Amino acid sequence: MSIADWTEADLGVPGRVLTVVRAPDPVLSAPSPLVDPADPEVVQLAADLVATMRVSPGCVGLAACQVGVAAHVFAVDVSRHPKTRTTHGTFVLCNAEVVEATRKEKGREGCMSVPDLTGDVKRATRLTVRGLLPGSGEELTVETDAFEARALQHEIDHCAGFLFLDRVAGAHAVFPRQTYL
Amino acid sequence: MEPVSLIAVTVIGHDRPGIIADATAGLAGLGLNLEDSTMTLLRGHFAMMLICSGDRSPGEVEEALAPLTADGRLQVSAAAVPDEDAADVLGRRPYVLTVHGGDRPGIVSAVTRVVAAAGGNITDLTTRLAGDLYVAVAEVDLPGDADADAVAGQLRDAGARLGVGVTLRPQETDVL
Repeated sequence: MSIADWTEADLGVPGRVLTVVRAPDPVLSAPSPLVDPADPEVVQLAADLVATMRVSPGCVGLAACQVGVAAHVFAVDVSRHPKTRTTHGTFVLCNAEVVEATRKEKGREGCMSVPDLTGDVKRATRLTVRGLLPGSGEELTVETDAFEARALQHEIDHCAGFLFLDRVAGAHAVFPRQTYL
Repeated sequence: MEPVSLIAVTVIGHDRPGIIADATAGLAGLGLNLEDSTMTLLRGHFAMMLICSGDRSPGEVEEALAPLTADGRLQVSAAAVPDEDAADVLGRRPYVLTVHGGDRPGIVSAVTRVVAAAGGNITDLTTRLAGDLYVAVAEVDLPGDADADAVAGQLRDAGARLGVGVTLRPQETDVL
């Protein structure tokens, strides 16, 4: 199937809204173990990630470790973000890895798990990612760009135990995050 | 002197390996916590400012850091500072201001005057001089009702009078 056709309804279970954990919670700093995408607990986790992402204002992606679960799973949906070019809608990937990453550009990132800081991070703007769909375990390759590429790299970093703070462009590239709304 | 909760410490002077390790060991020895710090080299001079918290007096801090100043090449000062509330940023919008061009006196003052006249607040500033090239980069919060395009135009005009290029662009943060 094309990942753009996937919806959380394919998971067949309702998602629950979980609490987002914040640094310095150690779950955010350790690599998350690979998962069996067919495991019912992983399918439930996938639904929970989508549900939690949906209720969090401005949230475009959420990794399992951000809800306190050490598992190599994340959800992404950048379809409503103004910087998005290519989008594949809502999807969840297990055991995802970056296959190819080119054309790095610097951008300022924030993270729900680091609510008081932002940082300048270079990310590839052309990206190929491979991962497994929860449930079916089907292997998919996602080619994307721009904001979806940034979001995917941010989430894959979470699964590897890295925060944007691990990637900042320099000693003067971390800033207090202010609410300008 | 009465113990205070926040102390601002500055260390400036001849650079060498180990200044930060020595200075922070002195503060840790007093049980002080580093709340915020910034350090860089300014024309090769070590320059560090930090705010630390704990029930110690500035005099105790200066005494603990006195070994740093023993050879007369580093200056250390400590002063009590009040606990500042976070600036009221409600409705403010963040921008990045960049200036570069031939060096001459008055670039920073002329450009920052425009920002101040618009009610803008500078929250971070770095300037560098490399040969004849002068570079300044600032983080600027503009009031929500400021006309950013007009401010950018005024900045360009100020830059043109000085023969330097000035840009003002929105600083966008993406929460992922």
